[in-house]
Amino acid sequence: MNITEKNIKIWSTIGARATLGIAALELAKKIDNLMILTCDVSTSAGLDRFRKTYPEKYLDLGIAEQNMIGVAAGLASENFNVITTTFAPFQTMRCCEQIKVNLGYMGQKVCMVGIASGLALGTLGYTHCCIEDVGILRSIPGLTIVSPADSLETVKALEAAINLKNPSYLRLTGSSNNPIVYKNDYEFKIGKSITLKDGRDITIFCAGRMVYECLEAAKILESKKIYAKIVNMHTIKPIDKDAIEDSCNSKLIVSVEEHNIIGGLGSAIAEHKAKLKKSPKQLFLGINDTYTKGGGYKFLQEKHRLTSDKIVEDILLNIN
Amino acid sequence: MTIEANSKVEKIKKFAFNVRKNILDMAVSAGSSSAHFGGALSITEIVSTLFAYQMKIDKKNANWEERDRFILSKGHACLAYYAALCEVGYISKAELKTFEKNDTNLLGHPVINKNLGIDFSNGSLGMGLSLGIGVAVSSKKKKKNFNVYVVVGDGECNEGSVWEAAMAAPNFKLNNLYVIIDKNNYQQTGSNKEIMNVENLKDKWESFGWYTTELDGHNIEQLLNFFNESKNINKPKAIVANTIKGKGFSFSENNNDWHHSILSKSFHEKALKELIEK
Repeated sequence: MNITEKNIKIWSTIGARATLGIAALELAKKIDNLMILTCDVSTSAGLDRFRKTYPEKYLDLGIAEQNMIGVAAGLASENFNVITTTFAPFQTMRCCEQIKVNLGYMGQKVCMVGIASGLALGTLGYTHCCIEDVGILRSIPGLTIVSPADSLETVKALEAAINLKNPSYLRLTGSSNNPIVYKNDYEFKIGKSITLKDGRDITIFCAGRMVYECLEAAKILESKKIYAKIVNMHTIKPIDKDAIEDSCNSKLIVSVEEHNIIGGLGSAIAEHKAKLKKSPKQLFLGINDTYTKGGGYKFLQEKHRLTSDKIVEDILLNIN
Repeated sequence: MTIEANSKVEKIKKFAFNVRKNILDMAVSAGSSSAHFGGALSITEIVSTLFAYQMKIDKKNANWEERDRFILSKGHACLAYYAALCEVGYISKAELKTFEKNDTNLLGHPVINKNLGIDFSNGSLGMGLSLGIGVAVSSKKKKKNFNVYVVVGDGECNEGSVWEAAMAAPNFKLNNLYVIIDKNNYQQTGSNKEIMNVENLKDKWESFGWYTTELDGHNIEQLLNFFNESKNINKPKAIVANTIKGKGFSFSENNNDWHHSILSKSFHEKALKELIEK
């Protein structure tokens, strides 16, 4: 991929989903045995150009996600490098047992991309939001789970996931006009978190669209003389244990995720933190195990207290 | 029937005899952990026709790239699958005895093991045909010439995912894909009619776009004839195979108590006697 400032801006404007389509076009040039499978969502997943340019590498299964995962596994067993994609709830839950048996148990290497995860489709209701995917998939052995912070990281994560030997899930959050976290190219490694900002007082672990929000929150905290370290925990499984251990000198650990607070990033951090002799308290920020009334992204961000302002408020309430 | 055709059928019958004997040996060796007996015996002639004649395989190399692929979607019938793989030479007699024992390669549902000729893990019903589509598509993409054979159960056809796959295969024009539906008329806790009626299966598959036949799933000639006459048909092919659950033994035929049960030593002896005397 040609990672330039201009492209980073374009990708941010079009959002992670459309960027996925551009990344797929590039991957197809390099990977002979690439196959992309979708369930009647080529437009939504930004794959229209891919479908027209590489019809032989594209398979639409219709609205049948269980079948898609089985077909993907069959192709993977014959050494095709397979990406599947549809909206996150259907990519993960409708075909959950197919994922367990074919990707987890059998180990067929498929890279699943859940588009519009989190709250991006809030106006369509919680049928189309996805606040459960990480919790569910994290309990399946053998799956790598990555939640990219912005459009550039989506490109980098897709490249990395396609080169893995094991199956994976990419959780795409945000929509068009996705805020930019990374203005320039950088080193991305699955399983290795990235400290975006140092800070001596507290550590905020975040993933996906929430990374930008936490960077903004850190600025507000700094104006109040609270210095927060911001860690982009893009890989939720396997979790970066070193980063958690390194954060134990903080007064408070905060996890921020556009996901139910049960089972997601916060839980993954807490599971490791619980094994450590000394560690600070953890504040879990996310969706508080509830389905609310729906609405636009900003509205739901406010409702679930996932804006930078609300994140700061909650941290201030818990810091001492 | 020509002499050549006759010897072909005799060879498959001998293979099926050995498969039944292996099934009995595994079932008795499993002891109290029980074995899915009835649904393995109903597919014995199907599996034997495939492995003894119909499928291209290399007895020396289970991973031969050009081999035809076999998927046992009704994974609980693995006794017949393991028995056939033993007859082919991929699984030893000694290994058969490890069926359902601790740390075995041969659990009560198939677990992927390429060296033993098991290409996929199966057992959760309704998943095998989708795998078969993926493999059949790959055969076309790689310009290979192998076929894919998937065995599903009639009870398994309760699963909606079977029909997702049934809908897709004709769309992709997979003339290299065969599905064989073992219509033994029973499922775990009763007859299909009592639990969930799956009548008119031939019409169902046909209406989904498959080249479909209905035949006697224990009649090797009928199976061979269908494979032969349908090979140039440019559609995926479905066989609704009318079979008898527990086929081969007086005590188990059409007796659903033998869906999953313990084969005692005395029943083993009785069954062995019946097998040899037939």
